[in-house]
Amino acid sequence: MRVHQHPILGALKDEVWVNIEVDGTTICAREGEPIAAAIMANGRLKLRHTRKRQEPRGVFCGIGRCTDCVMTVDGQSNVRTCVTAVKAGMKIQTQGMTGDGEAEEWKK
Amino acid sequence: MEKVEILVVGAGPAGLSAAMEAAKLGAQVRVVDENQKPGGQLFKQIHKFFGSKDHLAGTRGYEIGSALLKNTVEMGAKIDLNTVVYGIYPDRQVGIITADKSHQLLQAEKIILATGASENVLAFPGCTLPGIMSAGAVQTMVNIHRVLPASNVLMIGSGNVGLIVSYQILQAGGHVRALVEAAPQIGGYGVHAAKISRAGVPILTRYTIKCAYGTDQVEGATIIAVDDSFKPIGGTEREFSVGCIAIATGLTPLAELASLCGCTFTYVPRLGGMLPIHSEDMETTVPGIYVAGDITGVEEASTAMEEGRLAGIAAAAALGHVSAEKANLMKAQVWSRINTLRTGKFGQYRQEAKGKIMNERRALIVN
Repeated sequence: MRVHQHPILGALKDEVWVNIEVDGTTICAREGEPIAAAIMANGRLKLRHTRKRQEPRGVFCGIGRCTDCVMTVDGQSNVRTCVTAVKAGMKIQTQGMTGDGEAEEWKK
Repeated sequence: MEKVEILVVGAGPAGLSAAMEAAKLGAQVRVVDENQKPGGQLFKQIHKFFGSKDHLAGTRGYEIGSALLKNTVEMGAKIDLNTVVYGIYPDRQVGIITADKSHQLLQAEKIILATGASENVLAFPGCTLPGIMSAGAVQTMVNIHRVLPASNVLMIGSGNVGLIVSYQILQAGGHVRALVEAAPQIGGYGVHAAKISRAGVPILTRYTIKCAYGTDQVEGATIIAVDDSFKPIGGTEREFSVGCIAIATGLTPLAELASLCGCTFTYVPRLGGMLPIHSEDMETTVPGIYVAGDITGVEEASTAMEEGRLAGIAAAAALGHVSAEKANLMKAQVWSRINTLRTGKFGQYRQEAKGKIMNERRALIVN
């Protein structure tokens, strides 16, 4: 949920809005904001599944330490989305979903 | 190998203050920070600070951050962002990964570690569900990135972080269904608690979270009352439908680099756990390695900035940029402000714990 108006910080202004692709769906994001913030603003909190048990995970610490928010960004896996800035046209994928070769490997 | 007089690790309130003071006295200062932006957690603090005029009371955190950053740069300190320190070797050789992902070894004459702290996790059934976040992460999302994780939030922990972030969720248009505190009394300042109480947020002391549930993300939580020994009391469960649970159960100093340097630590639970012992000059037990801010024990931005100033002045003086006499005078002024900050109901235990840490350092040096 985007906070457009704020009693202290005022209205969101001078933003550069770009499109990014998350699991094949195009969403609108503020350029430079963390990928996790953009996905959260679009109403989704789940960012990955655990490899063995396929449990959902999302942002916990927000400062790049807990690594619970990692996703595959432009082909690079395990990118911490809470500290990685949005760039126009980024392609982002959820990791560890069933059918993901790596996840299948870990289940063995 | 590139040489630097003073290397500051961390561009938050403590690190920037240290850099500003040292650069002002003529030292060559380089600040490195792993984040994209400087300021640490100052820029998400949209509330007005407390204290006296000397402590910038009445000024909002992000305004303090902007001024501090501007002054630090004006004094000539160089700030390198997206730069990670991965190791500190004997004789203060520092390994860094720069913003362009290349490797560099620096030779520093003095190092000031101002790495801050990270928030504690809380274990309960369902605690890994998406939407269960540290309160600081919620605060960053709301105030910096302008995103509310969900419209209904349950806050766990009534320290200042829990109280302030609850209010800021309300300011952003969210709802805090309740604030839960296991202790019999509220942990943070009464004035913050009063603000959220007036806004209608129930503060439930002697309650803890029993479990959270949901499929793809958190959908609700069960809380339960606890007795005097924090044991859950069956039959007192209450349900809340929330899409976000914020965890404000304290912070732990990020002291890995001090540990790598071989600094002696002490255990002070009320300041966050294992802390590097330091002197009145903020110097650790390893000569030339200084610490400032939350790494020395979790307090507030105001004390972090003062500790940073002490470390900056002491390091610059040790390098001969200012006479010992003048440095002592400057440090005495800072100490008088710190002592004012560490008074009252909330400051007293911090004053005592800090005194203990500095006594331990003295005992080690004497022996």
